[in-house]
Amino acid sequence: MTKIKSLADLRKKKEEFEQKLKLRETSINPENYVQIKVGMATSGIASGAKEVMDYLIEELGKRGIDAVVTQTGDMGYCFAEPTIEVKRPNEDPIVFGYVDTKKADEIIEKYIKNGELVEGIIPVNYETIDE
Amino acid sequence: MAKQIKMHLLVCCGTGCRASQSATLQKALERELKTNGLEDEAKVVTTGCFGFCEKGPIVKVHPDNTFYVEVKPEDAEEIVKEHVLKGRKVERLLYTDPKVKEHVPDSKHMGFYRKQIRIALRNCGLIDPENIDEYLARDGYQALGKVITEMTPESTIDVIKKSELRGRGGAGFPTGLKWEITRKSKSDQKYVVCNADEGDPGAFMDRSILEGDPHVVLEAMAICGYAIGADKGLIYIRAEYPLAIHRLKIAIEQAREYGLLGKNLFNSGFNFDIDLRYGAGAFVCGEETALIHSMEGERGEPTFKPPFPSVEGYLGKPTNVNNVETFANVPIIINKGADWFKTIGTEKSKGTKVFALAGKINNVGLIEIPMGTTLREVIFEIGGGIKDGKKFKAVQTGGPSGGCLTEKHLDLPIEYETLVAAGSMMGSGGMIVMDEDDCMVSVAKFFLDFTVEESCGKCSPCRIGNKRLYEMLDTITKGEGTMETLDKLKNLSKVIKDTSLCGLGQTAPNPVLSTINNFWDEYVEHVVDKKCKASVCKSLMRYVVIPENCVGCTVCARNCPVNCIKGERKQVHEIDQTACIKCGACYEKCKFNAIEIV
Repeated sequence: MTKIKSLADLRKKKEEFEQKLKLRETSINPENYVQIKVGMATSGIASGAKEVMDYLIEELGKRGIDAVVTQTGDMGYCFAEPTIEVKRPNEDPIVFGYVDTKKADEIIEKYIKNGELVEGIIPVNYETIDE
Repeated sequence: MAKQIKMHLLVCCGTGCRASQSATLQKALERELKTNGLEDEAKVVTTGCFGFCEKGPIVKVHPDNTFYVEVKPEDAEEIVKEHVLKGRKVERLLYTDPKVKEHVPDSKHMGFYRKQIRIALRNCGLIDPENIDEYLARDGYQALGKVITEMTPESTIDVIKKSELRGRGGAGFPTGLKWEITRKSKSDQKYVVCNADEGDPGAFMDRSILEGDPHVVLEAMAICGYAIGADKGLIYIRAEYPLAIHRLKIAIEQAREYGLLGKNLFNSGFNFDIDLRYGAGAFVCGEETALIHSMEGERGEPTFKPPFPSVEGYLGKPTNVNNVETFANVPIIINKGADWFKTIGTEKSKGTKVFALAGKINNVGLIEIPMGTTLREVIFEIGGGIKDGKKFKAVQTGGPSGGCLTEKHLDLPIEYETLVAAGSMMGSGGMIVMDEDDCMVSVAKFFLDFTVEESCGKCSPCRIGNKRLYEMLDTITKGEGTMETLDKLKNLSKVIKDTSLCGLGQTAPNPVLSTINNFWDEYVEHVVDKKCKASVCKSLMRYVVIPENCVGCTVCARNCPVNCIKGERKQVHEIDQTACIKCGACYEKCKFNAIEIV
């Protein structure tokens, strides 16, 4: 692997991966591309986030929905684990709490397919420091 | 085929909003949609707490992000007819900005209602912690690149000093100053140590940072290494954090592959690498001298300071020890500047603090708030209030070293100094909320039990004194205490505080002293009246049948695990006090309120 040896290298990497992150959103098939993040900190895993993540990957594949499922850290809503964040293309991300496989199924069928919101939404209650 | 839903009405159903009729409001909205034939086009969805309970109930409309506040059930008709049907926002229900006195059209323009700002947790829940590229996409390692290629160690320390960042492990020592002292210590070898020995009961801030954003800690440690002149970093982490360890290992490996750890970083000749050291989970090893001894393979016992680790630490060499959360603030301060960081927080405490909210609170979780936020905002707005609508009694901050704060402290801004003045401390960030069902003597006993267990035994005030404190608390909860016990309790607490060797012993009596100060009446009640109002101390309570209410249904007798309730069908029952184990099963099962606690 190439080593990063200067700030310029770093910025190049940043741009490359920023592009990749964006690419996920604006790929060839934007209306079918969905990004899902599963909160996989200890609290999430303890309440079944791993099973939910496996379920999502498997079911989205089976149902022919193009989606990227990634793991991430603690979103802070430990009372509502497992939590997942779903971002439909060109829409604001939405966080769902208490997601078991049954709920995941409902989210796939209603929200991911049709944009219909389902119960269990956790409003984001913090500010980020990104410009 | 059903029409596509084009609009969503999100109704907050957090406890606060529920208390102000949000459930009725939700039904009213559904009814109005139906009446107007809109049920296929718009949908009502209930959500969790928006953290804006004082203005509840909240209704948020998607997709235009309209944010209605203090919505009453009778407003449902207007919202549906005007907003859903005609697309016109109902002006009078919009949130009014208290500063400019204008209606705010959508939630994006009212960011300040969000009480939390995520700085240390900025990537937590956002990036994949096992993929360095996602960290790089979020300006990762740019601060390290900047200090190595564009700044001197001195100017780096200067930025941290100017930012007024203070240690997030609890005591609040100025981070920049610590770095400077370690830099000035002359030695051929120095070390950077990250204290990830998070030991407070109920605290999980550091674990979450390491699990969600491990690279931020690695980057900050390398920055610190450059600033103080160290080429070796060690993370002391407890073995009971397997996921954090797993992700740190991956992160270190990935950083090495990119050459962001290792030799000759950024072609500057500066080397820095990081290893992990595992702790066995002893609370005292969070104390920096004990931590260092544990890493050296010695017993995890503290030693007298000075010499401070900055002068003589790991293997006798100058060592800079910072907590995980402190490190998590460093890269962003380098990137955005000290002046930016100082805009957040209060005069003496800058930036934010992460807290792990736990106990009798609705929204148990991880929060990050600007310093100066009040306890009331944390507990009732972010935390969504007390579980089951019970009454708030106290909040414990600072873990076993901290103290209990009460109702009268709720409007206290959270800062290092204010918390100490109120008899508690910032601590590493555990915050345990207690309600009316908690007995404060038992709470103090719980924490003492913890410190007695965790005392390393090196100095006698801590080893013997705390054990005696625990025994006194135990006699009080058993109803065998006297007013004299309380005097002894107070005196011994002060002696332990004054004479213990390290922070563990010096702070161990805090939970006792703060509960004595704030809940003196409750202690007196235990020793004089032999009563425990919260019904926690089993020796001080009895379950008895109220003969007038008892219908003789036999439910209590059938549910009693020790068969100590006697009585014929349709006859008044009786509890045999000598056999009763006070489990409360009869009390919970009785449908006629015929059992009381006396």
